[in-house]
Amino acid sequence: MPYDPAQPMKDRITDIGPAHYEQFFPEIVKKNYGKWDYHEILEPGVLVHHSETGDELYTVRTGGTRIMSIIHIREICELADKYCDGHIRFTTRNNIEFLVADKSKLRPLINDLKSRGNKFPIGGTGAGITNIVHTQGWIHCHTAAVDASGVVKSIMDELFSHFGNMALPAHVRIAVACCLNMCGAVHASDIAIVGIHRKPPMVDEEFISKVCELPLAIAACPTGAIKGVKKEDGSRSLQIDNDKCMFCGNCFTMCPAMPMNDAEGDGVAILVGGKISNRLTKPQFSKVIIPFIPNEPPRWPTMVTAIKSILDAYAADANKYERLGDWAQRIGWERFFEKCDVTFNDKVIDDYRFAYPSWRQSTLFKWTD
Amino acid sequence: MPKHDTPLLDELESGPWPSFVTDMKLMAEKNEMVADLLGLLELSYKDKVGHWKHGGIVGVFGYGGGVIGRYADRPDQFPAAAAFHTLRVNQPSSKFYTTEYLKNLCNIWEKHGSGLTNMHGSTGDIILLGAKTEELEPTFFDLTHELDTDLGGSGSNLRSPSCCVGKARCEFSCLDTQAICNDLTNEYQDELHRPAFPYKFKFKISGCPNDCVASIARSDCAIIGTWKDNIRIDQEAVKAYVAGEFPVNGGAFSGRDWGPFDIEKEVIDLCPTHCMSWNGSTLKINNRECNRCMHCISVMPKALRVGKEQGASLLLGAKAPILEGAQFATLVIPFMKMQAPFVEFKEFIDKLWDWWMEEGRNRERLGELMQRKGLQELIEVTGIKAVPQMIEYPRENPYIFWKEDEVEGGFTRDIHKFRKEHSM
Repeated sequence: MPYDPAQPMKDRITDIGPAHYEQFFPEIVKKNYGKWDYHEILEPGVLVHHSETGDELYTVRTGGTRIMSIIHIREICELADKYCDGHIRFTTRNNIEFLVADKSKLRPLINDLKSRGNKFPIGGTGAGITNIVHTQGWIHCHTAAVDASGVVKSIMDELFSHFGNMALPAHVRIAVACCLNMCGAVHASDIAIVGIHRKPPMVDEEFISKVCELPLAIAACPTGAIKGVKKEDGSRSLQIDNDKCMFCGNCFTMCPAMPMNDAEGDGVAILVGGKISNRLTKPQFSKVIIPFIPNEPPRWPTMVTAIKSILDAYAADANKYERLGDWAQRIGWERFFEKCDVTFNDKVIDDYRFAYPSWRQSTLFKWTD
Repeated sequence: MPKHDTPLLDELESGPWPSFVTDMKLMAEKNEMVADLLGLLELSYKDKVGHWKHGGIVGVFGYGGGVIGRYADRPDQFPAAAAFHTLRVNQPSSKFYTTEYLKNLCNIWEKHGSGLTNMHGSTGDIILLGAKTEELEPTFFDLTHELDTDLGGSGSNLRSPSCCVGKARCEFSCLDTQAICNDLTNEYQDELHRPAFPYKFKFKISGCPNDCVASIARSDCAIIGTWKDNIRIDQEAVKAYVAGEFPVNGGAFSGRDWGPFDIEKEVIDLCPTHCMSWNGSTLKINNRECNRCMHCISVMPKALRVGKEQGASLLLGAKAPILEGAQFATLVIPFMKMQAPFVEFKEFIDKLWDWWMEEGRNRERLGELMQRKGLQELIEVTGIKAVPQMIEYPRENPYIFWKEDEVEGGFTRDIHKFRKEHSM
């Protein structure tokens, strides 16, 4: 029986959690669980995992758009039914993984994927660029300072050769967050694009005392820039000290009557040098190297050019296995700006509370032109 | 004929990367909500600002999370996208699917919503994007009845735990990541659906220190696989790598000619603890000095394997910058065996959550509480042992908060007695 609005509690099921993962494992995964011995990347986007049992599991990784219709999902299913015994997997970076146990189906699958225009690009493995993790952007979020899907499409079109190749010094992880809330691991990416606001919130006097808990909005400000005021008519409102605002948007999260979005004020900052893996060096945060680029929909050309320039400099200069941030630290950030042809801007010098250790406390610097 | 002209979005249909615009246009032919969403998005591309209202309180009965309310601010122009709520649907651990499951999911979503999804959202859930308010309960009903699948977390709840591919298809994994992820998700269903925390809480489980789910950067509690014994070495395979018989790093660098593999330069010298040596025929690892960074294993996966005595390192307190800056997770327990039903782990989490729920301020993440109250207090309330592995370096200031019972004779002293010996 379907849902009956007249009896909402009838046959209600709650608190059952996700569908159990084991039912989705291909037979070869069930059989070789915990027995995988080693893997090889046969060509960009195509992996084989060898088991102690002698079994081999092939994976074809293709890029996916995070926003995806049921039409596209059904097409993925059609492919998986034909070549993968009805099994499919998604990665944490929105890639699609076609799992092939029968080697004779591998080449036909690859040919089929390649025949479908730009829908299923194969790649995203090894020392290249894999899919960009991103947030919702203008397509579905109220705090977004930039779109996300369109930014990702623009960057991936430009850097596409690196998706299907493994010629970089190490893998480069790119992420896009459409505001400082960063609903993705943007803060620890090789290259991160973050939507930022540059105008303080407006106070909507008509609604603010009706829709907001004013003390929560005041408390939400990390710099104490918001204070409560009593107006002549006795009603209460908020006042912003614009000089103290760092445009984090936390007040707007607490109070809908303090909108920040603005066509001229909003844009992106570019951060680089973050990583998550513990390989060779510790995890690192990404650092702001370009404080602002205006929004240029639909293809954000200035931003895309800047990213390309950073990536090209890294590709030409870094050592094998060296992540972008490790390269920048080895050559020194002053040299990094020079090599990437990024104009140094005083806005990238930290001036928030914990800034001091980020300034140079030594005479160990290099000369630049 | 499309309902709205979208000249700016149309420019995102060309190029080699898949186009979300092309996909949405196909969906728009079947569903007017998507047609109006495209119109709304085109308006944003023209205006350079978003057109969504702030939040909106909607949900399914009895849950305080799993649904995000979303209303367009131009319902006059785009009525079919006026209410466009999100359902977070708890993904199966590691995101393996059968096509049967996905097709059923598509059928449910075709019936009740816009037909747009995210596969997947940042936290890991399947995101169903675009439900009208009256369709929320029927969608939830069908998900639970037909797919045996529940909603995920949102708001000040436990968020849907997520994990890497683990032992299902990775030789590096030291953990049964799916088993841990699935068990914790089911154990804490109440915390996931009903907000009782100061703020969000995330568990993420990675099978090894390569951390493919970014747990160290993104989760309040990161469970990262590791091992205590020795890296397993196949000396013949090492020789084969040196002889150039196998591609290094599983072929991850094969797109460029980096020259022949040089084990001294690429492994021995790069080892961060310099605990390896190579004499031309034998690779030696001083495992006691190894910090398990995974580089040598990643470079020569056919020759080197993680150890057999496997468990997890637990790290706490990661978060994105809002509010006082980003934090990575801090190591608090270097090694814990992770075997079902994970009793030791859950006892630790109970104590941790008691502390956070007692002391945490509104919207204070665990990592911010740790920053405010100190690692010592966390050590004390959870009863874990202070060990040097927890710190990067010892404190550089001598401002130690001695407690009265730690100081001989206590804190109470007699000023009159003191003055008899020391005039003012």
